[in-house]
Amino acid sequence: MSDKAVTRKGFFSKSSEEWKEFLINNAIYIVLACIILAVIIKEPAFVSVTVFKNILTQSSVRLILAFGVGGIIILQGTDLSLGRFVGFAAVISASMLQRADYAARFYTDMQPVPLIVPLLISMVVIAIFSGINGWVVSVFKIHPFLATMGMMIAVYGILSIYFASGDPGPQPIGGYDVRYTDFVIGSTLGIPNLVIYATIISVLVWVLWNKTTFGKNMFAVGGNPEAAKVSGVNVVKTTVMVYILAGLLYGIGGFLEAARIGSANNGTGYGYELDAIAACVVGGISFSGGIGKVSGAIIGVLLFTIINYGMTFVGMDMYYQYIIKGVIIVAAVSLDTKKYLKKS
Amino acid sequence: MEKDYLLSIQGVCKSFSGVQVLKDVCLDVRKGTVHSLMGENGAGKSTLMKCLFGIYRQDKGQFFLEGKEFNFTDPKHALENGVSMVHQELNQVLQRTVTDNIWLGRYPKGRLFVDEKKMYADTKALFDRLGMDVDPQITLNKLSVSQRQMVEIAKAVSYDAKIIVLDEPTSSLTENEVEKLFEIIRLLKSEGVGIVYISHKMEEIFEISDDVTVLRDGHYIGTEAIENLTMESIVNMMVGRDLEHRFPPRTNVPGEVHLSVRNLSTRYAPLIHDISFDLRRGEILGVAGLVGAGRTEMIEAIFGARTRRSGEILVDGKAIDNETPTQAIRNRFALLTEERRETGIYPVADITFNSTIANVNNYRNKAGFLVDRKMKEDTDVQIRNMRIKTPNRRELIRSLSGGNQQKVIIGRWLLTDPDILLLDEPTRGIDVGAKYEIYQLIIELASKGKSVIVVSSEMPELLGLTNRIMVMSNGYMAGIVNTEETTQTEIFHLASMHLTKSREVGA
Repeated sequence: MSDKAVTRKGFFSKSSEEWKEFLINNAIYIVLACIILAVIIKEPAFVSVTVFKNILTQSSVRLILAFGVGGIIILQGTDLSLGRFVGFAAVISASMLQRADYAARFYTDMQPVPLIVPLLISMVVIAIFSGINGWVVSVFKIHPFLATMGMMIAVYGILSIYFASGDPGPQPIGGYDVRYTDFVIGSTLGIPNLVIYATIISVLVWVLWNKTTFGKNMFAVGGNPEAAKVSGVNVVKTTVMVYILAGLLYGIGGFLEAARIGSANNGTGYGYELDAIAACVVGGISFSGGIGKVSGAIIGVLLFTIINYGMTFVGMDMYYQYIIKGVIIVAAVSLDTKKYLKKS
Repeated sequence: MEKDYLLSIQGVCKSFSGVQVLKDVCLDVRKGTVHSLMGENGAGKSTLMKCLFGIYRQDKGQFFLEGKEFNFTDPKHALENGVSMVHQELNQVLQRTVTDNIWLGRYPKGRLFVDEKKMYADTKALFDRLGMDVDPQITLNKLSVSQRQMVEIAKAVSYDAKIIVLDEPTSSLTENEVEKLFEIIRLLKSEGVGIVYISHKMEEIFEISDDVTVLRDGHYIGTEAIENLTMESIVNMMVGRDLEHRFPPRTNVPGEVHLSVRNLSTRYAPLIHDISFDLRRGEILGVAGLVGAGRTEMIEAIFGARTRRSGEILVDGKAIDNETPTQAIRNRFALLTEERRETGIYPVADITFNSTIANVNNYRNKAGFLVDRKMKEDTDVQIRNMRIKTPNRRELIRSLSGGNQQKVIIGRWLLTDPDILLLDEPTRGIDVGAKYEIYQLIIELASKGKSVIVVSSEMPELLGLTNRIMVMSNGYMAGIVNTEETTQTEIFHLASMHLTKSREVGA
């Protein structure tokens, strides 16, 4: 009873300890608010529908990828192969969706296929490779950093071989079928399609994480693998399924990303893994496992997009952005550690 | 006759990397009875149960359930076939809710999603049946240890199993909760469930069991009906000799106050609150308490390995800092950690390295390089003084027995010439003979004027070794008793004094 009374105490009558706790628990929102405020003061034009739309659009693919790696982080894991998977999915999708009259087609004589075909192929291929990651991690007890690093390197090889095997040789794949570009970068009722897709996927992922046995097992395995095991949860199966889900999401992400940036090559997606991991961690998906929310991933992704977009908007040098991003990541993780880790 | 047994375990053997921990162990549980499994720490009780439950695979031996042979391949298999277990180390997902934990591994499915409503209702019904008052929606890490343990017991019951294994289920329960647990056990007995009950607490054993089986060092010693047993006879079976000769005579004489701790609290969870006590020169002070009582945290806080929220530490009446272990070592403290394998030894290094690593700065010559000769000499001295059984100092520490590893680590700390020794479970996982030698060593040190704090979960050890015993309960100090005048009952009583207090709040 008395505990509740403490938490209900007025906002301004907190003790210094409580203030400290409040700041730690809400640090990311405070930082986000400060950055937005600073940008608005410098450049009031930042408050506009266009800017808002752009930020959401730029966040969409990143968010889908963050959900993928987020599940893996909940399992106390990490995924370095994310970027190369995105690149692979992008190249697969792009190679099958070029305009019939484009000069340098990957498959010169290919008939148009429904959009769903390359999308599904991308998803399935990446899900298989990502599932292998999960299998290696759970069966051979290899640290996910190493397992996915190996995969990252190997997949780059496979993807480059595929990329070079196209009819015009290794050159960026562009000149998309208009159905593809419309589907990805078009708008519906004034809302960018990408934002719609990201929203749908957010809902689906939320349901998967919170309302299904799979999701509950994921949090259990991540929170305490031993407890999950003695309660009869199949830890290997759960782990592989989390990696497969990640693969499916990377597949979707790659399909969308190829159209969003207008062309794809074997370098597409490289480095995205770190952005996605950073967004998750800043959004409170803890590396110590078992903790994470869909809303956290959303906040994390938005924070980085807003930093990116906002600072470019006020004309700040790119390199300063890197400094700020780096500091935020480390600061967020050390606050996160304070929140969850029991040891000083 | 054989058919009457609900569960029958025959001739089970198990070894880990060459060390045999179970040798031809048998256990027969009758329907509707409580069969207590007893033995000292390391006697093999938990290992046997883990073999039954499919966590380990026995090397030899058979299990029969209602006369039919079986071998569970994993815990899921065991649970599905009517064997459930409360594990000694609370295996719970602390970040999740009570409900999520209880139904983990068998969430009820609606058409597509987990049926949260049914889960909630079932949990409510289960708690009502067992007379428990815990909010099913609360996150587990907000509960006290005793509540968590009750949740774990409720979970084991909820499987409607034929056999329920309770591995030290009362290790952190309050007296009321123990009574509640016994009511639950009686209810289960009347329903024909067979219970394997593992506990160190004699009073419980005599109150609740029908049969008792004793293990010692992995050997099967015997099975008796409880009517034919006395506390004495059980201890004799467990120890193999009587209590009198398990401990060397206490020759140390406590003198002036040496260390004073005032109002010590930690900043981060697990929290300890407001601990104050004095330690005399040459005294051996025991620290008793249930699992999770904060004993380790307390000595870590004294040693500077844990951030303090408040508190003063005085040595010979002078306040000292001890903000970090480095400072503590400079102030001539030494800490022997609880988990020898995890935080004590460097397994792939030799004895010389393991002996000298805490003191390595004192082996430098003028140019700043380490002098091997001096390190070797000191190591040899330790091997001799501590009677460490090893061919030579070049041996890797992991090839020594647990007792000898522990001696190396105690020797390591003695090389730093400490005045105050903080020993956390110094005899855990060590065989009876080696324990005696460690006790002897501790008493010798105290006799020479070193002051010693010994944290231990083994009651006989505290009663046989120490001058006074401080009892901790759920992060608070429950009292300090004179070893000569106290009893196990008094200590257990103190240890459960603060169990109902919540301690994570405000962390």
